[in-house]
Amino acid sequence: MHIHEYQAKQLLAKYGVPVPDGGVASTVDEATRIARDMGGGAWMIKAQIHAGGRRSGHFDGAPQGEGGVRLANSITDVEKHAGEMLGHALITSQTRPSGSDVERVYVERACDVASELYLGMLVDRHTSRVTLVASAAGGVNIESIAKEHPESVIKRAIDPNEGLATDTAQELASELALKGGQAEAAVGVIQTLYQIFTELDASLIEINPLAVTATGEVMALDATLTFDDNALFRHPDIQALRDDAELQLGELEAAQHGINYVKLDGNIGCLASGAGTALATLDAVHLFGGEPANFLDVPPVAQVGRVKDALRLLLSDPGVASILVNVFGGGIMRCDTIADAIIMANRETPLKVPLIARLAGTNATFAIRRLKDAGPDIVFASDLADAADKAVTAAKQVKAIQRRSWWQRVRKAGGVN
Amino acid sequence: MAVLVDANTKVICQGITGQQGTFYTEQALASGTKMVGGVRPGKGGARHLGLPVFNTVQEAVDATGADASVIFVPPIHAAEAIHEAIDAGVPLIVCVTERIPVLDIVGVKRALETSNSRLIGPNCPGIITPNECRIGIMPQEIFRRGRIGIVSRTGTLTYEAVEQTTRANLGQTTCIGIGADPVQGMSFCDCLALFMDDDETEGVILIGEIGGEAEEQAADYLRANPGGKPVVAYVAGRFAPPGRRMGHAGAIIQHGTGGAEVKVDALRNAGVHIAESPVTIGATMAEVLARS
Repeated sequence: MHIHEYQAKQLLAKYGVPVPDGGVASTVDEATRIARDMGGGAWMIKAQIHAGGRRSGHFDGAPQGEGGVRLANSITDVEKHAGEMLGHALITSQTRPSGSDVERVYVERACDVASELYLGMLVDRHTSRVTLVASAAGGVNIESIAKEHPESVIKRAIDPNEGLATDTAQELASELALKGGQAEAAVGVIQTLYQIFTELDASLIEINPLAVTATGEVMALDATLTFDDNALFRHPDIQALRDDAELQLGELEAAQHGINYVKLDGNIGCLASGAGTALATLDAVHLFGGEPANFLDVPPVAQVGRVKDALRLLLSDPGVASILVNVFGGGIMRCDTIADAIIMANRETPLKVPLIARLAGTNATFAIRRLKDAGPDIVFASDLADAADKAVTAAKQVKAIQRRSWWQRVRKAGGVN
Repeated sequence: MAVLVDANTKVICQGITGQQGTFYTEQALASGTKMVGGVRPGKGGARHLGLPVFNTVQEAVDATGADASVIFVPPIHAAEAIHEAIDAGVPLIVCVTERIPVLDIVGVKRALETSNSRLIGPNCPGIITPNECRIGIMPQEIFRRGRIGIVSRTGTLTYEAVEQTTRANLGQTTCIGIGADPVQGMSFCDCLALFMDDDETEGVILIGEIGGEAEEQAADYLRANPGGKPVVAYVAGRFAPPGRRMGHAGAIIQHGTGGAEVKVDALRNAGVHIAESPVTIGATMAEVLARS
């Protein structure tokens, strides 16, 4: 689960990590009021979306170069920038192509930065440990620096039995070329990050940059925090920070039903059970010359109601020309659950396009018989190759019919001679 | 021979009295697996499905001599259950439970470093040596005893590979579903090593997917240990929608790994035969074996 920068900073501040003064605003008036109340002569205005690359992004319809992180040197500037951000979609390298709508901006006191460091923490699959990643060369270009100068990136896997010892943190601070009070402050930040990571079941903490200011303070200027979805049950306070506003319509509905759904550009609706099978289904559709309309993975533990809801997402999508259901029943997911879901969904939203079902594994024969008895017009496939082939052919036929009937309507209306 | 489990493997089930524990213990018994007992704290001394129930894993091991444990315990207590099995010295632990907090498994991994136990999973379908031992949730009916070892990182896609090798009259020696959580027990490399040493296994199928670097590590292992049995791989997700990501840390520590193309290239360079499509896994293996 992602949280916004302003939420991350509030959390860091609670744990004693120094962050600049700031406040969150959802209107231009609020933004100027926060800046006025805070005082000073320079503020950062920062769009709050769940994606990185904000500074180098751009707003939908606005020119490049005016990103989602800007410096304001006057209250008029604050007003201008907040107005250009709020209610507009910010497009960055990490958002979907249409961008993410900005509902809030964070107004923060700007500070003079002497140098920028990078601090990250995540669970490294390779070592199976929480790993600290740090670099003295922080800032927006960290990924390219890491690629070109891998030696400038420090990595430290942390033994869960020992935690992050003070001398390890001190070593790190000196490798980052920090001295005296700054080193001491950095040690505090590093140890606190590990405390937050383990206490709150984070999956990623990133401070980029951790700035050393002109006055010698160490301060987190940006913060990215994500949390392990599987551990949210023990952190109701973190769960309360959830903001689903950026999910697309179908995605939100899917998320509410615990279904993994991503909208794609093609016209073959795909439903599979298990992420690997769902991925393989997309691969198979492509290899038979089709384009999937979506990725949809119904978890193998799903009950019939959830599968039905998932199917309805496909049945109600006007862009879908055929539907491919690929389920290998095994273990927890049984094919009769899928059959019942198809029958129920068809009762609520009758099928308008061909549905190709490949049902194998646990209770497959039983499920196919039940579907045949219940009557919805379904094409059965013997294996994944057969299913993908049939779904792609069916989609092409449906598109051809749609084109023909459109043509006939145009002719009838006398639109073409 | 097969690997890890056979007709002599004595299995206990942690969480045996729960709905899933009950269902899969019945299935295991029906397919001839030597189930010898179960664990459910507070229900020690009872019998369930004709098997003795114990309060702790240690008691179960002491009384039955079990050498494998399958875990069907809810996520909130699952890591604790694995630790208990490690402490009791169970040689093979299979954890089917999904959605376990990753930091809990980081602790489990640390405990495994100083123990002789092996862990399969978590979030995995389990392991089967057809006709001998079935641990976990894989559907028995698609298996046939034969000559191919299968190791898979994706749950349900494992069955696809199994069915295709059955249809191609190759059959399986042992099939291991290792799961795809970010932190997990046995890796592709661990399983490849076992299959390479197994007399009965003539070829190995590896089923991977996008994300992480398990396939790249398998490729490194195979390059470092050349001349083994033929390996066929399919990597799911060549046409997956690009994932949205946050931050840079993942990209910094992985740089360049994780995508399907990169994985396929790494495996191909290590001499692995690539099944280009999920529908040709069995056929590719049949072809490779016919040639060699």
